[in-house]
Amino acid sequence: MSGLFVNIGERTNVSGSAKFKKLIMEGDFDTALDVARQQVENGAQIIDINMDEGLLESEEAMVRFLNLIAAEPDISRVPVMIDSSRWSVIEAGLKCVQGKAVVNSISLKEGEESFIHQAELLRRYGAAVVVMAFDENGQAETEDQKVEICARAYKILTETVGIAPEDIIFDPNIFAVATGIEEHNDYGRAFIEATRRIKAQMPDVHVSGGLSNVSFSFRGNNRVREAMHSAFLYHAIRAGMDMGIVNAGQLTVYEDIPAELLEAVEDVLLNRRDDATERLLDIAETHRGDGSKKAEADLSWREGDVNARISHALVNGIGDFVEADVEEARLQAKRPLDVIEGPLMSGMNTVGDLFGAGKMFLPQVVKSARVMKKAVAVLIPYMEDEEDGTPSKAGKILMATVKGDVHDIGKNIVGVVLQCNNYDVIDLGVMVPVTQIIDTARKENVDIIGLSGLITPSLDEMCTVAAEMEREGLELPLLVGGATTSKLHTAVKVAPRYHGAAVHVPDASKAVGVVGNLLSDNRRQEYVATVRDSYQRIRDTHARGQQRDDRVPYTKARKNRLALDWSNYTPSRPSFLGLKAIEDFPLDGLEPLIDWTPFFRTWDLVGKYPRILEDKRIGEAARELLADARALLKRIVDEKWLSARGVIGFWPANVVRDDDIVLYEDDTRAARRDILHCLRQQMPREAGRANMSLADFIAPEESGVEDYIGAFAVSVGAEADDIARRYEEAHDDYNAIMVKALADRLAEAFAERMHQLVRTEHWGYAKGEAFDNEGLIAENYSGIRPAPGYPACPDHTEKGTLFKLLDAEARAGIKLTESYAMYPAASVSGLYFSHPESSYFGLGKIERDQIEDYAKRKRIAPEEAERWLAPNLAYEPQFPQESATL
Amino acid sequence: MSRQPRTEALEEITRARILVLDGAMGTEIQNLALTEEDFRGDLLAAHNNDLKGNNDLLSLTKPEAIQAIHAAFLDAGADVVTTNTFNATVMSQADYGTEHLVHDINVAAARIAVEAARAATTPERTRFAAGALGPTSKTASISPDVTDPGYRAITFDQLRDGYLQAARSLVEGGVDLLILETVFDTLNAKAAIFALEELFAELGFRLPLILSGTITDLSGRTLTGQTTEAFWNSVRHARPFAIGLNCSLGAEHMRPYVAELARVADTRISAYPNAGLPNEFGEYDETPEQTAAFLGEWAESGLVNILGGCCGTTPAHTSAIVAAVADVAPRDIPEMAPSLRLSGLEALEVRA
Repeated sequence: MSGLFVNIGERTNVSGSAKFKKLIMEGDFDTALDVARQQVENGAQIIDINMDEGLLESEEAMVRFLNLIAAEPDISRVPVMIDSSRWSVIEAGLKCVQGKAVVNSISLKEGEESFIHQAELLRRYGAAVVVMAFDENGQAETEDQKVEICARAYKILTETVGIAPEDIIFDPNIFAVATGIEEHNDYGRAFIEATRRIKAQMPDVHVSGGLSNVSFSFRGNNRVREAMHSAFLYHAIRAGMDMGIVNAGQLTVYEDIPAELLEAVEDVLLNRRDDATERLLDIAETHRGDGSKKAEADLSWREGDVNARISHALVNGIGDFVEADVEEARLQAKRPLDVIEGPLMSGMNTVGDLFGAGKMFLPQVVKSARVMKKAVAVLIPYMEDEEDGTPSKAGKILMATVKGDVHDIGKNIVGVVLQCNNYDVIDLGVMVPVTQIIDTARKENVDIIGLSGLITPSLDEMCTVAAEMEREGLELPLLVGGATTSKLHTAVKVAPRYHGAAVHVPDASKAVGVVGNLLSDNRRQEYVATVRDSYQRIRDTHARGQQRDDRVPYTKARKNRLALDWSNYTPSRPSFLGLKAIEDFPLDGLEPLIDWTPFFRTWDLVGKYPRILEDKRIGEAARELLADARALLKRIVDEKWLSARGVIGFWPANVVRDDDIVLYEDDTRAARRDILHCLRQQMPREAGRANMSLADFIAPEESGVEDYIGAFAVSVGAEADDIARRYEEAHDDYNAIMVKALADRLAEAFAERMHQLVRTEHWGYAKGEAFDNEGLIAENYSGIRPAPGYPACPDHTEKGTLFKLLDAEARAGIKLTESYAMYPAASVSGLYFSHPESSYFGLGKIERDQIEDYAKRKRIAPEEAERWLAPNLAYEPQFPQESATL
Repeated sequence: MSRQPRTEALEEITRARILVLDGAMGTEIQNLALTEEDFRGDLLAAHNNDLKGNNDLLSLTKPEAIQAIHAAFLDAGADVVTTNTFNATVMSQADYGTEHLVHDINVAAARIAVEAARAATTPERTRFAAGALGPTSKTASISPDVTDPGYRAITFDQLRDGYLQAARSLVEGGVDLLILETVFDTLNAKAAIFALEELFAELGFRLPLILSGTITDLSGRTLTGQTTEAFWNSVRHARPFAIGLNCSLGAEHMRPYVAELARVADTRISAYPNAGLPNEFGEYDETPEQTAAFLGEWAESGLVNILGGCCGTTPAHTSAIVAAVADVAPRDIPEMAPSLRLSGLEALEVRA
């Protein structure tokens, strides 16, 4: 299972794109390269290149284009599909590509001999291959023909030639349906069912096809065509189609297809009734224009004039009619640009005003943005023809999640909100090095740079970016945002490094105001002065407050450790020692474990779930958001879009020198496997309260008690990025953000579920435990699962040891960045402690004496320990310029 | 021992322990401080071009020097010596006007290495000779003309023919396996692979092939821009005995890319880095102990099956590596789920 669908770009095809053909015929290869680049930027994972045109030297054009692509890293990063009906063109192309390409296509059309010859050569060139369901007798039309030809080709390719099954991609021919010719009625069903049988008989192969053929009869009626494409894809993907030439702009959301239309479309595609074509033709007309047959909802707003309708659609986030409405407005307007600058901008201004006034909330704004993008997509093709066709923008903002960090949900939300407010947003994505940020800022001549990051080491990286901007002589305002950032950090650590304006943005709703002030000629000066003043005050207060934290000496803190009574306690032995990988953990069953409160916070809706649903102010927005989230979650689970995997492990363990947890190779406890270094609270304690360290929960070596520790790393996020990108391609930022936010929640729920299984089975120290889901979320159970980087052990680098122990990269597919962020982002890791007294706590600030001891134990320089633990230092490090974090 | 049992012996050794390749040929030759006359010998006394620096010629003009270098690495404990043929293709010899000697150089170099390996073989321990195929001095993926990015100075077919000639000559000289090394342009490597498939079909048997790329700088990419995983996807169809990296970075910086290969490749992993990064005089400073410590850690982390040294590594480095990995188990070759593994500059995996 993978649930993933590989989208093949089709615009670099002379027979598929009139524009591309014209460029190639005229020898304008530079502009033709732009077409390829655009496709990759828009998310094509493979680009199909076809130069089959009678008047063209096809071999020469193929070679020239592929050689030019090789010099363009932003295009050649994706694999190419060398597409030709002529073998000589294919072979010429294969001699130009260093990557592993796909050949499209070969078939049994000319008989076995030439098929085998071509396949032999493909094996030597090292290419994957699309095989058309085509033999000596012609193209396969029926289900049986398709399966038979593919099975025959499979046998020859794998047995005679030795091509690996996974390198074979069958194209069982998508033909037009509802043509009025009776023999064509079964074409859709035949493809889908043949796909199912091909995947059952030959499970390692892939199935691909060109989608737009199927709806050919409904040229001119995009509503129906889109519905046909989406419904066909829905069924074909479930049957096993995993690649295809799909124009994302010609798709609608399957769930959004009106029930009546969906039924008629599926009747046709699946050949469910004899009169299916007539019935679809009948209702096609009513679904052409405004689709006024939509039943339940109150549609009285549809009676207003077109500008009022567009405004209503934007404010209410309704995408169903907007394309028709925009088309109507375009016909009335002098130029397409007028529609953008007129009704669309005025609608979005209303959205902006309502949002600013606290009458609309983030999820609703993001939905409005989705409608806006859909509307603009209708106009773009007309604007390409016009001079001076670009709408004027309020400013250009560059956004990036800094190097070492992979978290981008908050950044993406800010990006959407800014776009809604007519800013041009350049989003560089995650893990962006400082050089790329500065180079792009220069090249694109941006107005503002916005940085985002979630984990504490990113604070350091933001300071680096500020310092580099200073060194490079930039003047642009710098915005800082993300979960661990703060006004204090920005004021004390970031702003002093950069003479331009550096401003902290606490959440998405503040971003528009800050950006507006910074880019307004009237307000900028005053605003920047106000911010500088307030940051200066923060720095002064901070400097005065520095000496206040009394700390007890580390030696004393160690004496005041939590002294558990080990003489009367026998730790439970885990059911196994070593590692256990968990593959494809079922997603169903995780939903009840989801803690929705942080999910709402992601969308700037603050309040505890479920109370938030009844909140007077934001309850309605919260209910709507939850309904959308649950609907998407259902699809994620039912259709297995995401896969949950992970690894857990247990080792014999004891504590030495109070704060080091030693893990042993085996029960003999003779050989040490690794050491987990813990940190101890140093705040002054009243009598009876300990200075805690996680090491207190494990028996000391000298006690002679055989204790154990566990660890885990789990993830559900590997596919989330791809799914989000596909939504973005379809102009649906709302679901793009939603899918990542849900992946985060599922990862947490998965970690919670694993912890439960560990307590009751794998470790088994709480076999009889029974808690309801609220109890689980409230952590009413015995034992803890703290994570490096969080309050009890804030040093992210301990994750390095954890990952080594768990072999987490290989076994759970999670990587660590240079800042120890986990990638994919929807991942959770940590340690398991079983002692009933173990509990979560915060380390608080610690003194230099502990840092020096800790650094010695970890065999790192004290300065390095100070850098990683900067937010927890009770003192100013000696080289403050080296330590940029608070 | 004839060919088939030698291939099996090689497979058996790599199941039991880490196979050690020899160290640098080029820097060892440099240390001999040979003169233009040494390079020419009698054979090329009247040749028009300067020949000093055309190391591959020495197999014809000063074979005892090459023999002695092989012997030193074998004494140091290397399992495999590599022929002195890094530039012995028409593509590279053309720079010296000696392309007519390509066949003879390869046959002679192969015989010297095979003889040295046989001489060091005991009943308990087999030694092997590997035929080296270098990257050539040309690149099929990059235009040398900045004004015309579509231009290419060499074609796939020229590379394929050149590699076929060199490989056929090495096999004629009796090598036990082949190493296609220092791959900086994967398209060059694909032309070589195509040639080897032709050669194996012609011979009726396959020789084990070690395929070794090179990461040119800290960006972690090959010269032609591929990531490690993309490189592997591009050459997997060669079904190599091992895939690996050599030269360039030095062990310290090479590690993440070796680890990446170990994660993605379902065959043996080889690695033979330079002795660190060159200093300002172009010399390599890393001591045998330092190199061996890095490589030993890779072995202990289960990343590798085959280790050795590249530029700047001496017999002393080889013996330090041998000592460091003597008791370390080789990496288990993982089984990978069947996936369509495509690549441009980056990898794209499509699971079935």
